[in-house]
Amino acid sequence: MAETVKGGEFLISETPGNLVFTPEDFTEEHKMIAELTRNFVDQEVVPHLDDIDKLKEGLLAGIMKKAGEQGLLSVAVPEEYGGMEVDKTTSIIVAENSGKGASFAVSLGAHTGIGTLPILYFGTGEQKQTYIPKLASGEWLGAYALTEAGSGSDALGARSRAEKSADGKSWILNGEKMWITNAGFADVFIVFAKVDGEQFTGFIVERTDPGVSLGAEEKKMGIKGSSTRVVKMDNCTIPADRVLGEIGKGHKIAFNILNVGRFKLGASTIGASKYVQSEAVKYANERKQFGVPIGTFGAMQHKLAEMAIRNYVGESMLYRTAGLLDLATAGKKATTPEGAEAVLKGIEEFAVECSILKIAGSEILDYVVDEGVQVLGGYGFSAEYPMDRPYRDSRINRIFEGTNEINRLLIPGMLLKRAMKGQLNLMGPAMAVQGELMSIGGLEEGTGDLFEAEKKALANAKKVFLMVAGYGVQKYMDKIADEQEIMMNVADIVIDIFGMESALIRTEKRIKKEGQAACSHLVDAVTVFVNDAVDRISSNGKNAIASMSEGDEMKMLLSGLKRFTRWTPVNTRDARRRIALRQLESGGYNM
Amino acid sequence: MNIFVCVSQVPDTATRIKPAADGKSIDRTDVNYILNPYDEIAVEQALRVKEAAGGEVCVISAGDDSVLNTIRKALAMGADKAVHLKTDADFDGFAAARAVAAYLKTANADLIFTGKESVDSNSGQFSTFLAALLGINVVNIVVKLEISGTQVKAEREIEGGKELVETTLPAVISCQKGLNEPRLPTLKGIMASKTKKPEEIAFSGGPSSTVITELSKPPAKPAGKIVGSDVTAVPALVELLHNEAKVI
Ligand SMILES: Cc1cc2nc3c(=O)[nH]c(=O)nc-3n(C[C@H](O)[C@H](O)[C@H](O)COP(=O)(O)OP(=O)(O)OC[C@H]3O[C@@H](n4cnc5c(N)ncnc54)[C@H](O)[C@@H]3O)c2cc1C
Repeated sequence: MAETVKGGEFLISETPGNLVFTPEDFTEEHKMIAELTRNFVDQEVVPHLDDIDKLKEGLLAGIMKKAGEQGLLSVAVPEEYGGMEVDKTTSIIVAENSGKGASFAVSLGAHTGIGTLPILYFGTGEQKQTYIPKLASGEWLGAYALTEAGSGSDALGARSRAEKSADGKSWILNGEKMWITNAGFADVFIVFAKVDGEQFTGFIVERTDPGVSLGAEEKKMGIKGSSTRVVKMDNCTIPADRVLGEIGKGHKIAFNILNVGRFKLGASTIGASKYVQSEAVKYANERKQFGVPIGTFGAMQHKLAEMAIRNYVGESMLYRTAGLLDLATAGKKATTPEGAEAVLKGIEEFAVECSILKIAGSEILDYVVDEGVQVLGGYGFSAEYPMDRPYRDSRINRIFEGTNEINRLLIPGMLLKRAMKGQLNLMGPAMAVQGELMSIGGLEEGTGDLFEAEKKALANAKKVFLMVAGYGVQKYMDKIADEQEIMMNVADIVIDIFGMESALIRTEKRIKKEGQAACSHLVDAVTVFVNDAVDRISSNGKNAIASMSEGDEMKMLLSGLKRFTRWTPVNTRDARRRIALRQLESGGYNM
Repeated sequence: MNIFVCVSQVPDTATRIKPAADGKSIDRTDVNYILNPYDEIAVEQALRVKEAAGGEVCVISAGDDSVLNTIRKALAMGADKAVHLKTDADFDGFAAARAVAAYLKTANADLIFTGKESVDSNSGQFSTFLAALLGINVVNIVVKLEISGTQVKAEREIEGGKELVETTLPAVISCQKGLNEPRLPTLKGIMASKTKKPEEIAFSGGPSSTVITELSKPPAKPAGKIVGSDVTAVPALVELLHNEAKVI
């Protein structure tokens, strides 16, 4: 196999361990930057979280500027523009470790991702020279204005317009952008508007440009400290050279940049989730009921273990994807147009993985904050205990950067597109699985592998995906996108496959390095996760099959599903207890 | 100004320390090492002196290769170069002082910073040993420092008060919490530290003068006693504090 991995390829083949990056592969710089971010959040953000949430004037913007002084805003920026352009993994490390910083993490992610990268990847040399050094140092802060009151998921339905002035020297923008993160203090906005009401195009708008004004702060359920406002453009006049990229190609910017945003969101949610788990574990150690710490109760251990398992799986998916992106963009710098194009290609290649991370991260965090509140009982409901803020803050993650529904729809959609374009060979393997359905499954010899059952389940899960998606495409052809329920089922199967495989490969690598004894909790985690994933895959498969087919066809598909989801249940109670005890002993997330 | 900072690595204060099977050392598995917090203050002070008076800051650390990470942290904060006095053996503070002194004898040091102690063994003797071996001045547990030319004005913590000390360079200063707030490294500093390769020199401190014969965990705290929940419990509480705990 070639030493590269294609986007979505995990669904049709096994990725060798050496091509799967894990946190255990961090370099010394990675570790130091993780520590720097953690320390920055602990020293500069956490003590002020209450004031940040009250939108205290200048506070969050000031912290962002401090983050700039520390270099945290320049991770993705090339040296030519005052940054350090380290690798993508480093950006993800910064995003993950900022997760504990609540609204700060949102602001940081918006600035360094969707606020800065459009100019870096699509800007002209001059635009980059003008804006990037200031954005990298924090002298200027950035925002991204795509959404409007009437167009959210349907971002291309924007009504904002841009017209060339009569003398051809400027653009005149009119419209209202809604829900714009960082709007209150941003100096630069990436704005999308339609040239002459038709051609969707990106523009760079400065706060001080004539005709720009802001609405009041939105009153929000969570991330109350992040600034979210309407950005109004009333005959906003900007120089002609502020077009970003090509006229009529704004969608290229919008969608590519969202991929990065999704990836980063996956990172910050996993980071937040590990932090929230640690708070739950601490509380479970301290709180006594019936004379014993509540962490000794099986029902509590189940939750704590499940948090740890999901965090471990999430972390494994996250850094695997970071490694994929680094592999794809190695040696390519965003300084030249060709370089930027190459970086974008790399990011586009793994768009499916970015959507998976967005969904998985936001839903892992939602699970963990929900059960976190539960572990704290009444105190979990108190605004003076540590679960209140994460619980409220978590919810938005399933909505912005593309709702989880939109991202779920994108996963099979993008996979099919890649298959059609010949970038991913789904057809061959799908036909092979169909052939297998007709044949009688033979007995297979055991391999004696530690993860024999899990690997079998994983390989079979890929067959379920190929069978269900393959049948769906045959049946509905290009109308499959209208069968959203089926698309959702398929997306969920894909997400579980990526999770199972990422955790499994990482654990095998760790066993090789650290020995099996030191990794017994990880073996437990993989086994429990696969055990539950097989159930979910079976359920998703059943729903899809029974909705799409009937009669003999349905029977055949269902019997295939049964064969491909065969799994001997394991003692998840004991495995979870062991994992929970490890967390309790170390007083936090420890996998 | 030729400035040196002596640093050591210590187990992360959040690590749960366990004695190893031999009962004389700590179990190093799962232990995460960090730059000794007092040494971090020392590095910060060295950088501040350099920023005010010019010169160069060199970090010195003794130990096996694992101290390289600790050295790297000091370099990332902004130190210019580093010396690694390499040994795989364990050593006490006196042996460490001999090794560092042997190196510094010919290094023309103006100012040597150390932490007031390392938070693992907490013996707090290193700075005094080092100054004695070099035959130069020493001020310990410093919380405020002013340097102009070769004049040193230091405020040090003493039992129940403060002491103002004046002395001259060259001198060893051991740093106490409160002297400064150590900076975080910058991203640039972290990346730059990669290229500052520490000079490796064999540890020449000789054998330790002390031997650890046993290491054990403190006995578990006995369960607390609740004598009552309102004012009527006060006499019983006073009685216990007086006769049992013997604290009043
Ligand atoms: C706090 C906050 C910060 C934000 N920051 C920014 C920002 O910085 N910049 C920016 O441009 N935007 C930002 N947004 C906007 C955000 O990206 C949108 O809210 C989001 O894309 C959803 O759009 P909508 O709110 O219009 O919901 P809608 O698109 O109206 O969706 C409503 C529901 O319908 C579902 N739905 C919609 N279309 C489909 C479909 N085709 N198939 C199936 N289901 C569908 C959705 O999944 C959702 O459940 C922010 C929003 C919030 C709340």
